[in-house]
Amino acid sequence: MTTEVTTRQADQLPDSLIAEIEEAITHYPVSKRSASLPLLHLWQNHFGFVDDTGIQWIATKLELNPINILELVTFYPWFRQDAPGKTVIRVCRTLACALAGSHDLHESLCKAANIDHEAALHHHGGALPTSPDGKFSIEFVECLASCGTAPVLLVNDDLHENVRPEGAADLVKQYDR
Amino acid sequence: MSAIPTVPHPKERRIIFGNLSKPGYAPDIETYLANGGYESLRKAVTMKPAEVVDMVKAANLRGRGGAGFPTGVKWGFIKYDDGKDHYLVVNGDESEPGTFKDRYILHQDPHQLVEGVLISAFALNIKLAYIYIRCEFPQAAKIVWNAIKEAKAKGLVGKNILGAGFDCDIYVHQGAAAYICGEETSMLESLEGKRPYPRIKPPYFPAVLGLYMKPTVVNNVETICHIVHILRLGPEEYTKMGTPGDGGTRTMCVSGDVMRPGAYELPAGAVTLGELIFDVCGGLKPGRTLKAVIPGGSSAKVLRADEKIRMKEKQADGTMADKEVSILDLRMDAATLGAAGTMVGSGGVMIMDDTRNMVWALNNLNQFYAHESCGQCTPCREGSLWMSKMTTRMLAGDGVANDPATLKNVADNIAGRTVCAFGEACSWPTQSFLAKFPEEFETVARGEVPVEAKI
Repeated sequence: MTTEVTTRQADQLPDSLIAEIEEAITHYPVSKRSASLPLLHLWQNHFGFVDDTGIQWIATKLELNPINILELVTFYPWFRQDAPGKTVIRVCRTLACALAGSHDLHESLCKAANIDHEAALHHHGGALPTSPDGKFSIEFVECLASCGTAPVLLVNDDLHENVRPEGAADLVKQYDR
Repeated sequence: MSAIPTVPHPKERRIIFGNLSKPGYAPDIETYLANGGYESLRKAVTMKPAEVVDMVKAANLRGRGGAGFPTGVKWGFIKYDDGKDHYLVVNGDESEPGTFKDRYILHQDPHQLVEGVLISAFALNIKLAYIYIRCEFPQAAKIVWNAIKEAKAKGLVGKNILGAGFDCDIYVHQGAAAYICGEETSMLESLEGKRPYPRIKPPYFPAVLGLYMKPTVVNNVETICHIVHILRLGPEEYTKMGTPGDGGTRTMCVSGDVMRPGAYELPAGAVTLGELIFDVCGGLKPGRTLKAVIPGGSSAKVLRADEKIRMKEKQADGTMADKEVSILDLRMDAATLGAAGTMVGSGGVMIMDDTRNMVWALNNLNQFYAHESCGQCTPCREGSLWMSKMTTRMLAGDGVANDPATLKNVADNIAGRTVCAFGEACSWPTQSFLAKFPEEFETVARGEVPVEAKI
C-alpha cells in the first residue's frame, strides 16, 4: 500500500454515496457480486479514481476477496488507480474518427491543455497524461460509437461532435475551471 | 446533435427511428404514450406467449448486433415452462467501430426499448431483465433508467403488469469500456461481476446456460425494438419490408468519406451499396473516387471499389448461373453481402476514398483489436498485438519484403483457434485488406511509404 493514511478514500465516504451503493446492490437480487461494476462506477465518479482502500471496501461490502475487484479495475480501461486531472478528455482514435482527423485533433487538444503530445500518444497504463496545473487529462480511446459525426470526444460525461482541431483551444477554455 | 437527418430520404422507411425523428420528440413516457406507446405491449398480453414467439419467427427478424442470427430461432430455444428462472440481457454495448444506431435509440426513444423488453419478457417467461449499456454513453444510462422508473410508476414494470398477471423488473447495467463485453457470453460474465472472458462453447447459446447459468436471451437494442413493431404491424405487413430471409428495416450507419454520413433506416435490401453511397449519402467529396468499403462494422471483410464479385443468379428458366457484379450493385441485405464474402453485420458502413492508404487504415483497426483483445486465448492476445506492431513498423518505413506474407500467416493462425468470434473479427480485416490491396502492402513493405500513410 503506497496510499498515505490521510488520503484513504474508504475513510471519506459520504452518506449519500453509501445510500447509492446500497440502492445499486438491490438491483442484483440473484448475486451481490454482480454489483461489482456499479460500485466501482459510483466510487470512481465520486473520488475520480479507485485506491486500494476502495478495492478493499467494495470487496468487503460484496463479500468477495479484494482480487475479485482488483482484477476488474486492471481489466477495464475505464477504471483508474491514479488521480486524473479535474477534467478528463477522451478523444476517439478509431477508424471513422481517424479518417476525420482525430490525430490532429488530439495533438491540438494536448497543445491547448499544455500536455506533452508525444507522451499522451504513447501512454499505456498508469496515471493519465495530465496538465501541470492538474486541470486536464487527455486519453486517446477506442470507438465512442458516434462515427456519423466524427471526429468526436467525451469531456467528462459530455459528448462533443464534429470537433475541428481549430476548435481545440475554445473547447479547453470552456472547461477551464 | 444527431446523425439522423431531419427529413428522411425517399428510400427510407423509419420505424425504429420513427418517433425520435419527429420534431420535438422527447424521451419521456407521456410523449411516448401520445405517440401510440405501449400499445404493442397491450396487444401482446391479450395473446398467448407462444403466439408472440410465433409472430417473431414469422417476421424473419435477424439480430441486429452483428452475427445476424434469426431472433425467432433464438427465442425458440427457451422452454417457457421448464421451471427455471429465465433472464433477458439487452446488448447496448454498441462498440463495433462504424456502428452508432443504438446510441440514438437509447438517448432519444428509451421507452421503445423498454416496451420491447416487456413484450419479450411476457413471451419468454422472464422476470428479470438487464439493459447493458456501455459506460461511454453516461447520459443514455441515466435516460434509460429514468424511462424504466417512469414505466414502473405507471404499472408497466414490476408486479402484475397491465393486470395481466406477469411480473418483470428491468435494470440498467453499465459496462466499463471493454469492446469484448459485446460478445454475449463475455457480457454475461461482466454482468456476473467477473472478468469478462468469453465462455467456452458449447453450449453455444446462453438460452441453454446463460446469466447465473440459467436460460437467458441476449438480444441487441435494435433487435428488441423491432419486436414492438412486429407486434404493431403483424408479421405479414412487417415482412413486406425486407427480403425473404431478412425481414424488416435495417438501420445503416454510414461514416467516412461521404458527403452526408449518418444513420439511415432502410428496408433490408432496399438499396444497393452504390445507391446508399451516391444517392442516400450524397456521394463522395468533390473530385474523389471510391476506393474501399467496409460494409458491416470494422470486423466485416473490406470490399474494393473496382472488384467484381462472382455471384449465383437465378435465371428465367429456374436454373442458376454465375454472374459478375460490381460491389456498387450489391444489395444491402444479409444474404447478398454474405454471398459476396463479407457481411451486413451491425450495419456500420465505412467508406474510404482514393486519398486513403489501406495499410494506414488496417493499422488503425489492428491497433483497435490489439487494444481490445481480452487476452484469454493466446493466438488472439499475441496475434492481434503482433499484427498491430507489424503494420505500425511498416508505416514507419521499416518494412521488409516478407511482411505481407507474415501478416497473413499470423491472421490465418488466429481465426478458428479462439474461444469467441473476436479471433475472426481481428483476422478478417488483415486477411481481406491483404487480399484486396496486395500492391499497397508490397509498396509499404519495401519502405516506400506514401505521404498519406504517415502516422
